[in-house]
Amino acid sequence: MENNKEKFDELSAYIDSLHATGHELIAVLHRAQHIFGYLPREVQEFVAEKLSIPVSKVYGVVTFYSFFTMEKKGKYVINVCLGTACFVRGADQIMKAFEERLGIHNGETTPDGKFTLSSLRCVGACGLAPVVQVNGKTYGNATIDTVDQILKEYEGD
Amino acid sequence: MSTVHIKINDIPLEVEEGTSILQAARSINIYIPTLCYLSLHIVHEHKINASCRVCVVEIKGRRNLAPSCSTKCTEGMEIYTNTQRVIRARRTVIELLLSDHPAECATCEKNLKCQLQKIAAKMNIREIPYMGEYSKPNEYIKSEALKRDKAKCILCGNCVEVCSKVQDCNVLTFSHRGFKTFVGPAFDVNLDESKCVACGQCVNVCPTGALSQTSAINEVWEVLHNPSKHVVVQVAPAVRVALGEEFGYGLGTAITGKMVTALRILGFQKVFDTNFGADLTIMEESNELINRLKEGKNLPLITSCCPGWISFIESEYPSFLSLPSTCKSPHEMFGAIAKSYYAKSASLDPKDIVVVSIMPCLAKKKEAKREQLQNDGYQNVDYVLTTRDLANMIKEIGIDIDALENGTFDNPLGESTGAADIFGVSGGVLEAALRNAILTLEGKCKDVDFMAVRGYEGFKEASVKINGKEIKVAAVNGLKNARKIMEMIKNGTCPYQAIEVMACPGGCINGGGQPFHQRKMSNTIIGKRMEGLYMQDMSKKARISSLNPYIQKLYKEFLIKPGSEVAHKYLHTYFKKRETVIK
Repeated sequence: MENNKEKFDELSAYIDSLHATGHELIAVLHRAQHIFGYLPREVQEFVAEKLSIPVSKVYGVVTFYSFFTMEKKGKYVINVCLGTACFVRGADQIMKAFEERLGIHNGETTPDGKFTLSSLRCVGACGLAPVVQVNGKTYGNATIDTVDQILKEYEGD
Repeated sequence: MSTVHIKINDIPLEVEEGTSILQAARSINIYIPTLCYLSLHIVHEHKINASCRVCVVEIKGRRNLAPSCSTKCTEGMEIYTNTQRVIRARRTVIELLLSDHPAECATCEKNLKCQLQKIAAKMNIREIPYMGEYSKPNEYIKSEALKRDKAKCILCGNCVEVCSKVQDCNVLTFSHRGFKTFVGPAFDVNLDESKCVACGQCVNVCPTGALSQTSAINEVWEVLHNPSKHVVVQVAPAVRVALGEEFGYGLGTAITGKMVTALRILGFQKVFDTNFGADLTIMEESNELINRLKEGKNLPLITSCCPGWISFIESEYPSFLSLPSTCKSPHEMFGAIAKSYYAKSASLDPKDIVVVSIMPCLAKKKEAKREQLQNDGYQNVDYVLTTRDLANMIKEIGIDIDALENGTFDNPLGESTGAADIFGVSGGVLEAALRNAILTLEGKCKDVDFMAVRGYEGFKEASVKINGKEIKVAAVNGLKNARKIMEMIKNGTCPYQAIEVMACPGGCINGGGQPFHQRKMSNTIIGKRMEGLYMQDMSKKARISSLNPYIQKLYKEFLIKPGSEVAHKYLHTYFKKRETVIK
């Protein structure tokens, strides 16, 4: 992994600040994913070493929770909620619109590394269904127009 | 301890608090089938997986069915183990498991020994009403000693439990979730690329054919029928007290004589004994111990007979590789001598000699391929078969073990002392080394029984007086305990001067190549096999390795003395850091 010393240092400092007792794995992985954007093997091995736990355990947790990813994500992660409420209000059409415009499928990243398209199940904002999140920012009552607006908003960036 | 009153199938019963329903039912001979239930009596605390749901029972007043393995009895509980609801649920569980399991029973290594197959037969399953996609690829991965058949895994978690709780190797893990749940090494690498030491304990507890061993049976048949080859076989001590189990003999029955005869019928030209190699190991190792104690260097001396342990220290503690004895393991010493001393005395060309080892072990398969275990251009050991492999070969050509006469090992490499027999139990190598060291230094060793290092406890220690000097020794088994010892050494808190390590709980008698025991790893099985070996020891005329007349002859004619240059060339080895893909 290129130019990552700073990132590893940041993660290391975070782990040291926890006075690890062996029960912080998920919190550490959250932070690691925040720092690196994803959890490649090197990062998992680093976490295991720092927490003195087997790397097999880290790998088990990383692959269990859908929040964690071992794939490098785009600069902007577009999450379309496919939970029940969003779905009945047309979330599948929203997803389709993103797929068509970005030329990728759900779960993939654009070749320029700008957008990753993925889905999630319910963000607890069913009153705003259908909901789209981009890097944590929420867009409610989404329509096809919203899709274009979102892409416009971030494309120039 | 307080007790609770329960009823099982209307039979009143008083059991200790904390007893599971399954244990209570078994205590009054009520059968509840299990599939994932792992009884690790030798490990005091371990998780009950309760993953398969085959052992469900109905409890009065409880809405859903309860897994009997993990549900504890409570006061007044009324349990029913075979209501229609229970039987339907069990059948559904088995049908669902079978719907995601390849029906390759006839060619599966666990055929007739598979727990899923047995339960399906017992439950009269005749068709599988569920059809659909398989959750795992029908992919078959071969490592040096183990085989993994991904599709046959039923996700019971037994292997994960043993790999982490008993062996503390933490190679196997659950990954992903739901339909994609999978058991294997992290990042799905091959076992050879992981820190797996090939102890094979996972194979012993796998209820199906998902984990099994590689086998050299076909290659061995091939050389046995090759007239230009001189095929010699050697048998490890632990094999003789377990092989009988495959033929209906009681636990721990030594069938040494019948085994020797069977090996002759199989076609081996010479039937030798790894015990001879064990006596030889003791000659070299006790000499090494005496020297290290004298010099006060490279202490503690740690035994090196166990290849699982050697793999472990090579990958986990590579900075301590000066501590294991430089002795090759007994069967490798044997191989080196067979292709040098024996070859010469029998006027054979070593290139025509094939050495086959029958071992209770899977790690030996991997060990035999080590580049540092060869002499004069020949690998010391050519093929390693397990106790199970040998049983399979005997069955394959229809030998009736019961009808066989007792045979005796061939010489010059077949004679052994009692000290060699106990190599197969935890504490035995240490005991044998102490016997010999005391005899060497004091001129006599009156009391040869070192009771403190015997038994199946994972961590045993003792104080022994040698030549007026007190030394502290320890014998550990199970790699979890090996890790404890290594941490002590690392932290400078290790009080011992000599340590024996065996990777498998109880020692080689419980090795990964021994007959299957339905996921049990109990004191009874280990204890009986242990007893069998101590009886072999007791029955021997000589019980100290250097009293073996053929060993004396070997030194006189070839090796000169323990630790000599020739001895170093043929009987000693070196260790090196093991690089693995997974850190």
